[in-house]
Amino acid sequence: MEIKEKKSVVVRFSGDSGDGMQLAGNIFSTVSATVGNSISTFPDYPADIRAPQGSLTGVSGFQVHIGAEQVYTPGDLCDVLVAMNAAALKTQYRYAKPDAAIIIDTDSFGPKDLEKAQFKTEDYLGEMGIDPDRVIACPLTTMVKDCLSDSGMDVKSMLKCRNMFALGLVCWLFDRDLDVAFNFLKEKFAKKPGIAEANIKVIQAGYDYGHNTHSSVANVYRIETKNKVPGRYMDITGNKATAYGFIAAAEKAGLKLYLGSYPITPATDVLHELSKHKSLGVVTVQCEDEIAGCASAVGASFAGALAVTSTSGPGICLKSEAMNLAVIMELPLVVLDVQRGGPATGLPTKSEQTDLLQALFGRNGESPMPVIAASSPTDCFDAAYAAAKMALEHMTPVILMTDAFVANGSGAFKLPNLADYPAINPPYVPEELKGSWTPYMRNAEGVRYWAVPGREGFEHILGGLEKDDKTGAISTNPENHDLMTRKRQAKIDAIPVPDLEVLGDKDDAELLIVGFGGTYGHLHAAMDEMRAQGKKVALAHFKFINPLPKNTAEVLKKYPKVVVAEQNMGQLAGWLRMKVDGFVPMQFNQVKGQPFVVNELVANFTKLVKS
Amino acid sequence: MFTSNDYKKGQPRWCPGCGDHFFLASLHKAMAEIGVAPSQTAVISGIGCSSRLPHYMATYGMNTIHGRAAAIATGTKIANPNLTVWQVSGDGDGLAIGGNHFIHANRRNINLNMILLNNRIYGLTKGQYSPTSPRGFVSKSSPYGTVEDPFRPAELCFGARGHFFARAVATDAPGTVEVLKAAYEHKGASVCEILQNCVIFNNGTHDAVYDKAGRTKNAIYLKHGEKMLFGENNEYGIVQDGFGVKAVKLGEDDYTEADILIHDAKCEDNTLQLKLAEMEWPIALGVIRDVEAPTYDDSVTAQIEEVKAKKKYHNFAELLETNDIWEVK
Repeated sequence: MEIKEKKSVVVRFSGDSGDGMQLAGNIFSTVSATVGNSISTFPDYPADIRAPQGSLTGVSGFQVHIGAEQVYTPGDLCDVLVAMNAAALKTQYRYAKPDAAIIIDTDSFGPKDLEKAQFKTEDYLGEMGIDPDRVIACPLTTMVKDCLSDSGMDVKSMLKCRNMFALGLVCWLFDRDLDVAFNFLKEKFAKKPGIAEANIKVIQAGYDYGHNTHSSVANVYRIETKNKVPGRYMDITGNKATAYGFIAAAEKAGLKLYLGSYPITPATDVLHELSKHKSLGVVTVQCEDEIAGCASAVGASFAGALAVTSTSGPGICLKSEAMNLAVIMELPLVVLDVQRGGPATGLPTKSEQTDLLQALFGRNGESPMPVIAASSPTDCFDAAYAAAKMALEHMTPVILMTDAFVANGSGAFKLPNLADYPAINPPYVPEELKGSWTPYMRNAEGVRYWAVPGREGFEHILGGLEKDDKTGAISTNPENHDLMTRKRQAKIDAIPVPDLEVLGDKDDAELLIVGFGGTYGHLHAAMDEMRAQGKKVALAHFKFINPLPKNTAEVLKKYPKVVVAEQNMGQLAGWLRMKVDGFVPMQFNQVKGQPFVVNELVANFTKLVKS
Repeated sequence: MFTSNDYKKGQPRWCPGCGDHFFLASLHKAMAEIGVAPSQTAVISGIGCSSRLPHYMATYGMNTIHGRAAAIATGTKIANPNLTVWQVSGDGDGLAIGGNHFIHANRRNINLNMILLNNRIYGLTKGQYSPTSPRGFVSKSSPYGTVEDPFRPAELCFGARGHFFARAVATDAPGTVEVLKAAYEHKGASVCEILQNCVIFNNGTHDAVYDKAGRTKNAIYLKHGEKMLFGENNEYGIVQDGFGVKAVKLGEDDYTEADILIHDAKCEDNTLQLKLAEMEWPIALGVIRDVEAPTYDDSVTAQIEEVKAKKKYHNFAELLETNDIWEVK
């Protein structure tokens, strides 16, 4: 047996939608994270709700990337592919590296399975050009049944444990301690100890099977841990982190959290998550449409709540009218856009960054609105907190952009301590202004004071019509409209945001890579790879897009070559060209609905360096 | 205690003679009689002539965007159930562009007082037919007459499972104040259809009942538990007629007072209430339906309290602990 030291490995669990691949993947990532490995995961669901069993369209995958040092992406291609049936092998093999180990359940490669997976012969490995030496072929279903034969379980229940056998095998392959997995299952099935016990038994069987049978043929990988950051961690998806960020901000601000929403892929999990937490006083309303989701949030904001509406691009189209109302009424509101492929219904389950210009400009009139983009699943927490703080303190709607990739992906989240987060202080109108206050009176930062209904002496009317700066009454006065337009713009422009950070060879890079939002991991990994090849490369990644960081022009003009890489046709590049005089970057644009592939980025950027 | 003046603000800019002036005065009066402080009251409108109304209120309020008043008011009421929320829309705002929010606010039974100022015309955009204009109605956008049937607001409200529907004529101050107070008293979504005249673009649309003499002749004031009699000397009444209702003259065709129906606004089954609401003669005024049902805002609050008592986590730090956590040392 050879023990291979690796910096990082990628494991892809794949099978039927009902095979429990996500659970197996989650446990594996948790087990790895516990020993201090860095983790990044990504689920790949089929678009169909429940495709026929064993069919090509019914395959779902769950990819886990674990590393000794920081991993930034779920990985391009996998080192280990688990294929629970013939259809999984057929569809998922293209995500495997040429030398990947492949684990298959030979019990799911019978004639009918092969037919459903559209294999032409029984030599499925030959058909796909897979070297049998790389395959750990085991009668997994049979062994699970044997293992549980005296458990008293029915066959259907036994088969639900197949994923745990695969997990046990993978744990053996990576020399993982099973205790963490056992504890995980005991907690998950605390109310059903019989199920926990069966699952634990099957994991051990899988582990032992690997150890006894395959010690002579496969490699055992060892991922050492470097740069451990001590602390307590949990695995979190981007959507869950976003929901947590809103909860944290509401608690810090001492406000009720209100979510007005309408189900839409891939944003719905935020509605699901927040709906669970009534014990924290969170109010969620599943509205009659996207319009009402946003409109009711504006109403809740008027009443003094931290108001949020969550959606994806098609929903933003419908919400833009009420978002604009929040702009002119200068009320706090967070609008979450979990981007997906467009236009129209587009690619509902896939990821793009094609809503940026919509976020910046998709409203009538001069309608400035801050835009923040989260860069990773765990960063969604900080981004959501920042969006809520900005909205509440600057009395403005804020667009928080994530995308299907960061929303569904997960990473190890160091449990935050709310005490370490900055206070949130909305500009409530001071009591001493009673009698002299008017609705558009502003504080030193140019922010309108907030007078929440219920306070005696501050009764006032807001609305969608332009108001007089001094009296707050409806006004069509030309000078006043010009003034109010400028004041609304100045208020947004003055919002402080952190400086743009440059990573990598910040002093002498030949190429600066520029991106925003969910591509951070892939761009970072591409930069690391190029630097490892001896090239001078830096990365500047935008999280705050409106207003832009103050040092934006300085950073962008510092390097001989700049490439803006984004999953659209050049929207960030266009925005930067508009805001930075004379800035003409190179562009790398891909709109495939899939995450960037690091190798492709490296190949393309390398060409740019040479050109 | 409050007077009408405590709710008044500014100088209304509606056309002289517009029904909205009359309604506004009645709203001020009703609010004073209800006695909820201006600081605890929010008046939320959409867009249109009648939606200017919040600007003439000394309460909290918003004059928002076209059609969305009910949705916006929903958020306000749920975020702060202690506020008394009035939602004001015209027939275009409430039933055309805002039709979806109108029916869902009724279905959810949110404790809103929903005012529908129905003049059967678009006034602010200068004279197009509305979803309550009758078939064949000639307007700037229908020079040869409309080729569509109108909504009947009560039917829409009832179809959406509405639990409160009342009707008043804008010029009839006592009748308007009465239905507004009843709407306030009703817990849940309360729809008040106010028949209101547009002097410029649809003058005379409610002529049959717009003055007192007309109402005596052509309207019936419904009162829960009372016989449905009307006319100058209560010489007419409402009787059941097959699956419907009809107006009869007492003494004619052997009808006596014993045949006259007694109004039941509290009846769960809305069949007869709908028949009353849809009568063309006489036109039914007053509270037509007023049935108790769980309100959305109360249910939201109750559910939160219930879950709070059941769950063990009550702040963010405790929420984190509900997850699978590992420690890196």
